[in-house]
Amino acid sequence: MATYRTFARTLLGGLVLAGLAVSAPALSQGRDPAYDAARRAGQVGEKMDGYLGVVGVQPATVEKIASDINIRRRENYAAKAQEQRVTLQEYAFTQGCILIGRLEDGLKYQAPDGGWKTKSGTAERDPRCP
Amino acid sequence: MKALNLTKPARRAHNLRMGTRRAIAGVMVVLGSALAGGCISVNAPNEPIVIELNINIKQEVIYRLAEDVRQNIEQNPEIF
Repeated sequence: MATYRTFARTLLGGLVLAGLAVSAPALSQGRDPAYDAARRAGQVGEKMDGYLGVVGVQPATVEKIASDINIRRRENYAAKAQEQRVTLQEYAFTQGCILIGRLEDGLKYQAPDGGWKTKSGTAERDPRCP
Repeated sequence: MKALNLTKPARRAHNLRMGTRRAIAGVMVVLGSALAGGCISVNAPNEPIVIELNINIKQEVIYRLAEDVRQNIEQNPEIF
């Protein structure tokens, strides 16, 4: 009985550790390293309209990262909006709400006044955001 | 229009002077609003215009889409 319990505990502990190991890199999984770096450096931020914005004046390489991602986002929003029978702007705006809400601390986002803010706890979002 | 003198000719309902005055007032109003409009367009930053467009988006639509956009992040992690 005691051996079984120890075994169960070890198994559980192992599963928790494995879960942590998988979930930590999963947060930045799939993101291009250059895009991830620009995000973390605060060179690009999440706008309220669901697209990436360039924070201040940045090198052309950063501008290109943002515009490339935005082209792909727009394509995705257009397909999703059609599927959900809403406008592209409605889908994109909702995506912006959730992206800003889920943003990690220290990353940039656009507040309702239009200015850039650094995420710290709860973000200042549009009152319509869920 | 030529008036027929069947009865005593009445005075015109309005005279030319009134028309001219009204025209001058109209020109001033147009000029004034054009000047004011010019000032506003110079001072307005570009950002708030984007936010104004979002006013048409209804909260109920946003709530209905919330779950789908959450799934969208999981399905396309490379673009978010």
